[in-house]
Amino acid sequence: MGADYIIDSRQLPTERAQAIIDSLKPDASEVNFVSMIAFPKNGGTKLVKVQGMKGDFPFYGKINTEPSSASNSYQQSGGALVDATLMLQFNMKPGDSIKIGQLTLPIAGALKSMPGNSAVSSSVAPPVVIPYRFVESTELLQFGSRKEYQYFYKVSDTFNLERLEAKIEPALDLENADLDTHTSTTERLGKRYDNVGKFLNLAAFIALLLGCIGIASSVHIYIKEKLKAIAILKCMGASRLQSFLIFLIQIAGIGIVGGAIGSLIGVALQTVFPYLLKDFLPFTLEITISAQPILIGIFLGLFMSVLFALLPLLRTWYVSPLDVLRVDENGSQEPRNVRFLVFGIILVFLFLFSLWLLKDPLYALGFVGATVITFTLLAAVALGFIKTIKRFFPKHWSFTARQSLLNLFRPNNQTVVLVVAIGLGTFLISTLYFTKDILLAKTEVGQTTENANIIILDVQPDQKDAVAESITSKNLAVLNNMPLVTMRMESLNGRLVNEIRQDTTRQIKGWLLNHEFRTTYRDSLIASEELMAGEWVPYIKPGEPIVISISDNLANDSQLTVGDAVVFNVQGVLMETTVGSIRKVDWSQIQLNFTIVFPTGVLEDAPQFNVFTTMVPDEVSSAALQQDLVSKFPNVSIIDLRQIFTLVEDILDKVSWVINFMAFFSIFTGIIVLIGSVRTSKYQRIKESVLLRTLGAKNKQILQISAFEYLFLGLLGSLVGLLLALVSSLCLALFVFKEPFIPSGIPFLIFMPGITLLVLIIGLSNIQTVLRSSPLEVLRRES
Amino acid sequence: MSKILKITGLEKTYSSGNKQLTVLHDISFDVEQGQTFSIVGPSGSGKTTLLGLCAGLDQPNSGTVELCGQNLNILNEDQRAQLRNKEVGFIFQNFQLLPTLTALENVSVPLELQGAKNATSKSKSLLEKVGLGDRMHHYPSQLSGGEQQRVALARAFANSPSILFADEPTGNLDDETGEKVIQLLLELNKENGTTLVIITHDLELANRTQHILKLKGGKIVTNQPTPSREASQRNK
Repeated sequence: MGADYIIDSRQLPTERAQAIIDSLKPDASEVNFVSMIAFPKNGGTKLVKVQGMKGDFPFYGKINTEPSSASNSYQQSGGALVDATLMLQFNMKPGDSIKIGQLTLPIAGALKSMPGNSAVSSSVAPPVVIPYRFVESTELLQFGSRKEYQYFYKVSDTFNLERLEAKIEPALDLENADLDTHTSTTERLGKRYDNVGKFLNLAAFIALLLGCIGIASSVHIYIKEKLKAIAILKCMGASRLQSFLIFLIQIAGIGIVGGAIGSLIGVALQTVFPYLLKDFLPFTLEITISAQPILIGIFLGLFMSVLFALLPLLRTWYVSPLDVLRVDENGSQEPRNVRFLVFGIILVFLFLFSLWLLKDPLYALGFVGATVITFTLLAAVALGFIKTIKRFFPKHWSFTARQSLLNLFRPNNQTVVLVVAIGLGTFLISTLYFTKDILLAKTEVGQTTENANIIILDVQPDQKDAVAESITSKNLAVLNNMPLVTMRMESLNGRLVNEIRQDTTRQIKGWLLNHEFRTTYRDSLIASEELMAGEWVPYIKPGEPIVISISDNLANDSQLTVGDAVVFNVQGVLMETTVGSIRKVDWSQIQLNFTIVFPTGVLEDAPQFNVFTTMVPDEVSSAALQQDLVSKFPNVSIIDLRQIFTLVEDILDKVSWVINFMAFFSIFTGIIVLIGSVRTSKYQRIKESVLLRTLGAKNKQILQISAFEYLFLGLLGSLVGLLLALVSSLCLALFVFKEPFIPSGIPFLIFMPGITLLVLIIGLSNIQTVLRSSPLEVLRRES
Repeated sequence: MSKILKITGLEKTYSSGNKQLTVLHDISFDVEQGQTFSIVGPSGSGKTTLLGLCAGLDQPNSGTVELCGQNLNILNEDQRAQLRNKEVGFIFQNFQLLPTLTALENVSVPLELQGAKNATSKSKSLLEKVGLGDRMHHYPSQLSGGEQQRVALARAFANSPSILFADEPTGNLDDETGEKVIQLLLELNKENGTTLVIITHDLELANRTQHILKLKGGKIVTNQPTPSREASQRNK
């Protein structure tokens, strides 16, 4: 929108409104009005929106013109910036003249885009920007003429816009003026960007969880190796606290170093991101290195390492000096209540951290709950698997296959730990991938041939066939042919609009009381619509009560709901209607959307014009079509969406890049954790393999035993993780992102075999030591 | 009698940092088929290293090892493993049972590796022979040290080896249990006609074998038949 907030009024501001506007000291202002202009060069005329600009607007972003210098020079040189599409249609060049009322100005440049001007609104009446000082000389701003005044403000980052909104909006509304802040505009920009934010938070949360699994499993194996040493220390008189502290300090030190390294990587990325995103950020980012996030990073590294190492660390507290003589895996475990306490602390931390990231207690609880359920299900599946193998043990399989199966449920087996680690890793990675897909599918707007990029407005009923003929004769398809009927609201639920206008306590937004609605009629919903309430009525028979459908934003602003009565003034004829349904409209989809839709069978005979849409492949065919249409039908308006599409695609490409970056960053973390988890089983297997080797097992037999074991573990873990990811992604799609979910095949085709293969490779690399070293060397080391 | 083990000019050196540590210097000796042979010496004299080289568990830096008529130097790891599986049995000081397998499965392993069909029945009979018929389905962690070593004993004889290497077989056992294990070892050995190579620093045990090789600092100090009459009488 180019400013932090804007106050606009569709009339000369009232005294009270002007007082508010002046007290806030606007940094720039604009008056705009719709008027016919003439092109003296070829005698063409066109209805345009003239914008008289004063001050250095925009404060954010820039006016995009051709030549680019025109956006800066037009104020001084006294030229006009004319809509690029319009110039194309009338074959105008910079330097040619335009006549606005009594004023003739040279064209300084073609206006391609300008902050605050939306494609559709500006192209119904294409914009022509002139310096404010010339507005009066046009002599078009007479009493009673339709015009809009806008005042633009720039404020500091710390300025509280919400408080300003709460304070002055009611007063402005009463004066028929509106306040529009950049925060409210951002909210309106559509859920697409909101979802990107949610996704990035989810990716961060998942990266964190993966990190936590990594810490827990690494410390678990590290402490396991040290138990004997701890028992020796205790034999020599070390207290519980001393032995606990020895390892706690080590882990804390590693945590601090890890946190510091992570923060440094973060700082480095922070300097890289603005370069990648600079093209579509409407302002220049200043990179400053602030101590706070670095300290948070180091603190998180320290806190998470200690917290997730706590459970294995507790073994050092409870290990008995007797373990010097015999290390018993289950002999010196911490009491159950201590374990539950640690689990409880971990869960509370996870909840608080996700709450901090997601800013929504329900989502945070959902994520933590889903993780706990996944964890439990994975453990249950692993235990069920063990039970099943025991019960239906294939006694007739070969020795190596049986041996690998035996390893899955024998004492000291790694089945539950590895299935949970592999499964959780796969689950998180796949969930991230599926959700990334949900978001990226959403960003594919405008990239298919079905999407119109030319909209032709104001086509009169008697021109319909000829316009369609003009389009098809250029080998282009008519994608849409929609009727448009303009009307105003006469009364709402029996109260006249004039009466509501006078009511100072009204809840209804002022804009719709004066608004000329462009409505359409059709018998079905379109892709950008979704029924929220009521029933969609496709067709009305003559004489039946008229049932209409309104958009959700109109329902909010007008306080209308299903069953309410609305009387419209359709160009002099009053029409009684009832609200039959409320539609949720995705305004972020670039296509023709309507606040009010009538069923067929009602407006067919009302004064109307049509809107055609088509898709042109390139600039040349666009220019040919537009020049042809303008010359044959001077009354039609044409919107060329190609530039908008390019801009949107460019932005979405970069947003996709950020999504992919975060997703693959987390997936990479997951792979590292998986490697760590599988490596933990190394020590368990080496001794067994060496003994088998000593007893005469060949390389092939040892490899087969390990391969089968890790294949079973990898397949089971990844399959269960993937299935759980499907469920969780479906829930995320439905309840968080509120988007349809079509699962991608990639996780099944690549992740599942990939992760299984990875587990297999890591597992087999574990016993490389056995295959490469002499059995005696390993036996001595293991002894 | 034919020679089942022939060691010639054996040398073994380990690297420790930048230093080279020679553990065995120019070792040569032979072991006759069916003989009981002990290798004695103080800790660090190179006994276990020598046993490992004899059984093909490691490779010498120089010299040759000929086991059951095969030169181990020219065999690759798999071929050596196959030879061990067919001809060699092992008993270790710390039993070295597979912790994830039951007593019966531990004994079956050498037979399973051969693909033998009667693995379970043969293993059962061996476990009964060593007095563990009622502990077949116990895991090593559920057995005492003496019982574990008896399982190891049964495993060592499972593949009917031509030669059995025992590394300090009583080192982790009390005297009484140790004696029982040795009795059992010698009995099974006699019964199967197996050659027995025992590493020990227990001279009393060594004197019960037919031949003693003394090592010190990686060199042979003496290599001669056991002077003890008891040993010669016992093995007649």
